[in-house]
Amino acid sequence: MTDIDFKSFKAQPLDYKNQRNQRLYRLLFGWMTVLLILPVLIILVLLTAKGAPALSWEFFTADPINGMTEGGIFPCLIGTIWIVAVALFASVPLGVACAVYLSEYAPDNTLTRLINLAIINLAGVPSIVHALFGVGAFVMFFDLGTSILAAGLTLAVMTMPVVIVSTRESLQAVPQAFREACWSLGATRSQTIRKVVIPNSVTGILTGVILEVSRTVGETAPIMFTGAALFLPFVPDNFFERLSSQTMAMSLHLFTVSTQVPNVPEELPFGVALVLIGMVLVLNSVSIAFRMYLRGQKKW
Amino acid sequence: MAATTATEKLKVRDLTIRYGDTVALNGASFEVYENEIFGVIGPANSGKTSFLRAINRMDEMTSNMHVSGEVLFNGKDVSHWRNLYALRSRIGVVFPLPVGLPMSIYENVAFAPKLRGVRGAELDEIVERCLTRAALWDEVKDRLKSLGSLLSGGQQQRLTIARALSQEPELLLLDEFSIAVDPVTTMRIEDVLKELKEEMTIILVTNLVQQARRLADRTAFFLNGEVVEVGDTAELFTRNAQDQRTTDYVEGRFG
Repeated sequence: MTDIDFKSFKAQPLDYKNQRNQRLYRLLFGWMTVLLILPVLIILVLLTAKGAPALSWEFFTADPINGMTEGGIFPCLIGTIWIVAVALFASVPLGVACAVYLSEYAPDNTLTRLINLAIINLAGVPSIVHALFGVGAFVMFFDLGTSILAAGLTLAVMTMPVVIVSTRESLQAVPQAFREACWSLGATRSQTIRKVVIPNSVTGILTGVILEVSRTVGETAPIMFTGAALFLPFVPDNFFERLSSQTMAMSLHLFTVSTQVPNVPEELPFGVALVLIGMVLVLNSVSIAFRMYLRGQKKW
Repeated sequence: MAATTATEKLKVRDLTIRYGDTVALNGASFEVYENEIFGVIGPANSGKTSFLRAINRMDEMTSNMHVSGEVLFNGKDVSHWRNLYALRSRIGVVFPLPVGLPMSIYENVAFAPKLRGVRGAELDEIVERCLTRAALWDEVKDRLKSLGSLLSGGQQQRLTIARALSQEPELLLLDEFSIAVDPVTTMRIEDVLKELKEEMTIILVTNLVQQARRLADRTAFFLNGEVVEVGDTAELFTRNAQDQRTTDYVEGRFG
């Protein structure tokens, strides 16, 4: 065996150029982050500055009056909550069930891969296409009419891929060793899923729901043709009647007051936008708080 | 030990395991007798773990893994068991790295009995008995409700042994259990195993040749998917091995 030349293995000290590169990369990535955060900050500041004067108790609790130039946004607020609720109730159980099947049961073959691909592509379909699908399927074929139900279901179809993909990913993040340990104890697949896999992927599933809610609250196109009305302060009290009636919604109302109605005071659209963003933030914070609570309980 | 007169617990006949085109185990045939510790030694990639996976039919949960030949458990081919879960519940498994299920110490051990429908005081009793047998009870009795994964590596491995015992298995499969465990804990577990063999059959897959020598009544030497030799441990380790490769391996000349 030949002698090893240890001198050639001596670690090179960081030279000046290397250190300069370090600083350069740090700056580069740092500024990119700033660049990304900046628009969000500007939007928030601008909205708050211009929209805050419109906010009042009346703004939240009153109907719009005088051709929507005065009054509040109460029916829109309620309408959006109803539509989002329908979308959630329809898409979360279905989406999670689908993800569980794909992740835990489906064999790894061409068909499964095709389905996965289709789901990812579905997530990229423009919302206006989903809107037209909603009109064709829910409003006309299932004869739901333009209604909260049809609008909510359309949104559910649109956002289901997000739920499926994020749920499947969080299911697959559960170590395979947990499953095998569980199986070797004599547990069936479904027992393993219920007692080990799902409890340990709940945070990831919630992330999907958060994403869905944020998208659903703000979507305009899919509900425009399927259930949202420009002006409809009256809403029936009966649960089923309400589901099958049209409704005002925040996103569409924002569109209406900013473009369709003359003589709207400047702060009104900004106020609507502020409330819309506020709704997303509140919903997200609730989910994030819940997630942090669950993560505190995380067991591995 | 008069192993030759004992009943066969497990009989392997022409067992071949493939992952796709790769053969992990090729035409293995041997017997494992009741109440013995059966050691399986061999270098990495020799088919030891695949053999264990074939026993409790984990191959069905693994895409790409194909098993042919027979594994007779109590004289009945495992693939003929209608109720896979009943089969698995009679076979305890301990994995190389401790897999503490993400639940409390108590729940970890209570998991399998709960599947059988055991509740209440009986469950408490099973948990205490299994943890005691795994030499862990004294260390954890005051914090049964805390998370299993917060235990140290050695404690977690004893927890998984306790969990395997909670199934009241007839056959205990240990896959390199000492990999993540300190020597002292390893010795404690080895003592536990010596006691356990009175009640069950143990298959001990190990990388530590000396461990097999200490514990196993009979030992099989696997090499590159081939079962080179099966025999009394004493024979294998005293230069009486039939095959030169076995002697080379146990004396540390390769592998």
